[in-house]
Amino acid sequence: MRTPDTILPLRAEGLGFAARGLRILSDVSLTIEAGAPTIVIGPNGAGKSVLLRLLHGLLAPSEGRVTWAGQAARRQAMVFQRPVLLRRSVLANAVYPLGLSGVARAEREARARDALALVGLGDLADRPARRLSGGEQQRLALARAAALHPEVLFLDEPCASLDPAATKAVEEIVAALAARGTKIVMTTHDLGQARRLAGEVVFVHRGRVAEHAPAAAFFAQPATPEAAAFLRGELVW
Amino acid sequence: MNDLGSAFSTALGLVATADPAVAQIVLLSLRVSLTAVAVAALVGLPLGALLAVARFPGRGGVIVVLNALMGLPPVVAGLLIYLLLSRSGPLGSLGLLFTPTAMVIAQAVLITPILAALTRGVLEGLWEEYAEQLRSFGAGPWRAVPTLLWDGRFMLLTVLLAGFGRAAAEVGAVMVVGGNIEGFTRVMTTAIALETSKGDLPLALALGMVLMAIVVTVNALAQGLRDTAARWAG
Repeated sequence: MRTPDTILPLRAEGLGFAARGLRILSDVSLTIEAGAPTIVIGPNGAGKSVLLRLLHGLLAPSEGRVTWAGQAARRQAMVFQRPVLLRRSVLANAVYPLGLSGVARAEREARARDALALVGLGDLADRPARRLSGGEQQRLALARAAALHPEVLFLDEPCASLDPAATKAVEEIVAALAARGTKIVMTTHDLGQARRLAGEVVFVHRGRVAEHAPAAAFFAQPATPEAAAFLRGELVW
Repeated sequence: MNDLGSAFSTALGLVATADPAVAQIVLLSLRVSLTAVAVAALVGLPLGALLAVARFPGRGGVIVVLNALMGLPPVVAGLLIYLLLSRSGPLGSLGLLFTPTAMVIAQAVLITPILAALTRGVLEGLWEEYAEQLRSFGAGPWRAVPTLLWDGRFMLLTVLLAGFGRAAAEVGAVMVVGGNIEGFTRVMTTAIALETSKGDLPLALALGMVLMAIVVTVNALAQGLRDTAARWAG
């Protein structure tokens, strides 16, 4: 599965982030390899979203660095908690990032339509994107990212504002992308979702990575008392 | 009062019969102001969009100057263009003074800051919403400019309207650089000013009514377009 020009593993070394004097992340070192989805969990405010943005390159770290094995700029994509859709048709939304990442004009529409079919929006291609329901909007955001054929796909709480049916649809798409070989790195505060999707778990607590373990081991036997408490459903912060 | 009444009925007659002199003045007004809006839009819209996305030292100062220029008195804009185009001015050899082209230039100079300042205001909100997603796609501020202009197109219609309204309604700039020459550079506003001072109230009133009708019609069309677009785009 690993191609010679892969961008993985992704390494964070001594990563820290502070904004306006407020420390959000400290001393995060971790290596993310190709394979099953990496799910980042932890209490709200622990720093999960900031960690994802640092890895994706949207934020510049205050300390430390993020390194990829290859030229990563155009081979990763991100889906946000609230999808930001352009004021255009569904199809035009899926085509837009392809133009930016240098996909040949002739190829763009076919690739966008493939991605729309993958998320079940093939029939809505000509609809205005912002008239879609919340679940459909998030699926469009996924299609838009998937059309880029990224090697790594970051997802920041993609189901946080969705109903259970829409959540299920998103999870199925994420699982399908993972099965296709896309490396998923996703944050969630929904433990059930983490159990359903995770190959490995990164547990973030108070701005630090408290645990990084295979999912089965983490859920069976968390190594830190904070993770154990979090798994029991207690309030930890 | 009787004067006003008879002036009004004569004015209606002039409009109803599409009096050739009136028609010529109206058409020139439209040609000058619409061309000026088009020229100003080519400069002002991208400039406003760029100011909405770019962060550089002195940006605040540029915005203050731009906002101040929105209030530039038309006669002052006219005077500047007059100095540039007059026989002894740097562009005097072009022979443009007292031509419709000079009027277009003066109005374009007058409304470019208006379009740029309003565009910046409108697109700044859109950029706030789009910035993170576009950066994730690998689009920097430069690449965002055309995207914002396209996605904000229906909001920018209002901006263009404001520019057209200002251009169509101003007297000072076209008076100074056009000279209000009958049959050549006389537009609605300069004709109204002249006819009023001459006491030919029916003609002034007729032109005033046409001017109002044009402004209302253009606004109604734009409103309709915006509503249709809003229904479509959400």
